[in-house]
Amino acid sequence: MQHSVAYTVIFAAIVCVLCAVVVSSSAVSLEERQDVNAALDKQKNVLYAAGLATPDEGLENDAIAALFVNVKQVVVDLETGQEVPNPDFDPSAYDAIKAASSEQGRDAPSNLSRVSRLPKYQVVYQVLGEGGDVEMVVIPIEGYGLWGTLYGFLALDSDGTTVRGITYYKHKETPGLGGEVDNLNWKSLWPGRKAFDDSGATAIQVIKGSAGPPSTDPHRVDGLSGATITSRGVTNMLDFWLGENGFGTYLKQLRAAHAG
Amino acid sequence: MASELKQTLTDPLFENNPIALQVLGICSALAVTTKMETSVVMCGAVIFVLALSNVSISIVRNFIPGSIRIIVQLTIIASLVIVADQFLQAYLYDVSKQLSVFVGLIITNCIIMGRAEAFAMQNGPLASLVDGVGNGLGYSVILVMTGFIRELFGAGKLFGIVILPSVNDGGWYHPNGILVTSAGAFFIIGIFIGLLRMWKPAQIEED
Repeated sequence: MQHSVAYTVIFAAIVCVLCAVVVSSSAVSLEERQDVNAALDKQKNVLYAAGLATPDEGLENDAIAALFVNVKQVVVDLETGQEVPNPDFDPSAYDAIKAASSEQGRDAPSNLSRVSRLPKYQVVYQVLGEGGDVEMVVIPIEGYGLWGTLYGFLALDSDGTTVRGITYYKHKETPGLGGEVDNLNWKSLWPGRKAFDDSGATAIQVIKGSAGPPSTDPHRVDGLSGATITSRGVTNMLDFWLGENGFGTYLKQLRAAHAG
Repeated sequence: MASELKQTLTDPLFENNPIALQVLGICSALAVTTKMETSVVMCGAVIFVLALSNVSISIVRNFIPGSIRIIVQLTIIASLVIVADQFLQAYLYDVSKQLSVFVGLIITNCIIMGRAEAFAMQNGPLASLVDGVGNGLGYSVILVMTGFIRELFGAGKLFGIVILPSVNDGGWYHPNGILVTSAGAFFIIGIFIGLLRMWKPAQIEED
């Protein structure tokens, strides 16, 4: 069937407008629900990193809220490493990525994790023990892997160096290769390792091949087979976020307080 | 007419299965079938997109200018896929995270373009709807069977519930690792195609 150019253009325009209406109305009407899901998912992943829950349990929303009672969200000034006792925003609604790109944020120094902007404040999750004292701290981490940025959490003991767990909640790595950062067996290799060496420098790294148990090989973790670049990405982002541009200053104070 | 519609619905299940005979949509069939849960949700999303894209393309089939036919079809399909993806993110967040890119990749699933070109462009909306659902079900039959075998023998579970306790968790079953990989899905789908052609020799291609 032959049609005039005008007909073709008008037809294309109508199809585009109709499709745009369908897509945008579904996106807008479902946005709120998706945001709630994303927030719950974040909380759930803090619990996974801290080892308070495992993905196998299939936690319901109420159960997440119940477990999250023992988690305190603390705002930390990344540059000074100090906790901010009365922030002028709600920590649970804080979007560090948005804050980093706002004028409050600053440009990050060149780094291998391709973090380009740093926020002034970050939210740290303190997991409280039975007596109400801080048992571990969960810090957000992000960095470039092979296909995109990986977002996750690292849980450290209150001594500021012993790793209690790691988890990623958003990444684009290849399923079965780099995507194995989600593998429970690999994640179980982390607890007990030491993030810093005796001099206080960041020491933890993902190596090629297998590392020994945490007691004899505290600073190294098995690499993911077939995923050299993802493994390197994990090392780079830990190096960055545990370093002075990330939570290094905060953790240094935590270690000093623990030692003193 | 009624029997014709019924045939449109049931033919794609075994007689003219999109995966087994037309060999379309293999990519996602390999990728999402490691678990029953992801397989079933993926099937639902594909049936939704396929049925609605067939209907909408059939409605406008007499108005689409030939020169932009394919791009119009793709625009409609892509919009439906985004809607399906948004719904999954809102109501089945965990599964949608596991399906990750594969929901988006329904756009490139050859079954959908294939049915739009081969059926919806020539037939009315009702027949196209039935054809879409039928082909979606044909796709689902293979996906669910593959997912069943892969999750049961690859992980010892069904829908995440332990059926065969694995050695790693203190049970007796040694999970078959190859089934969890894409190669395992190739074997299962290959065996299924073989069995289907033994049952219906008419499907065997001549050399």
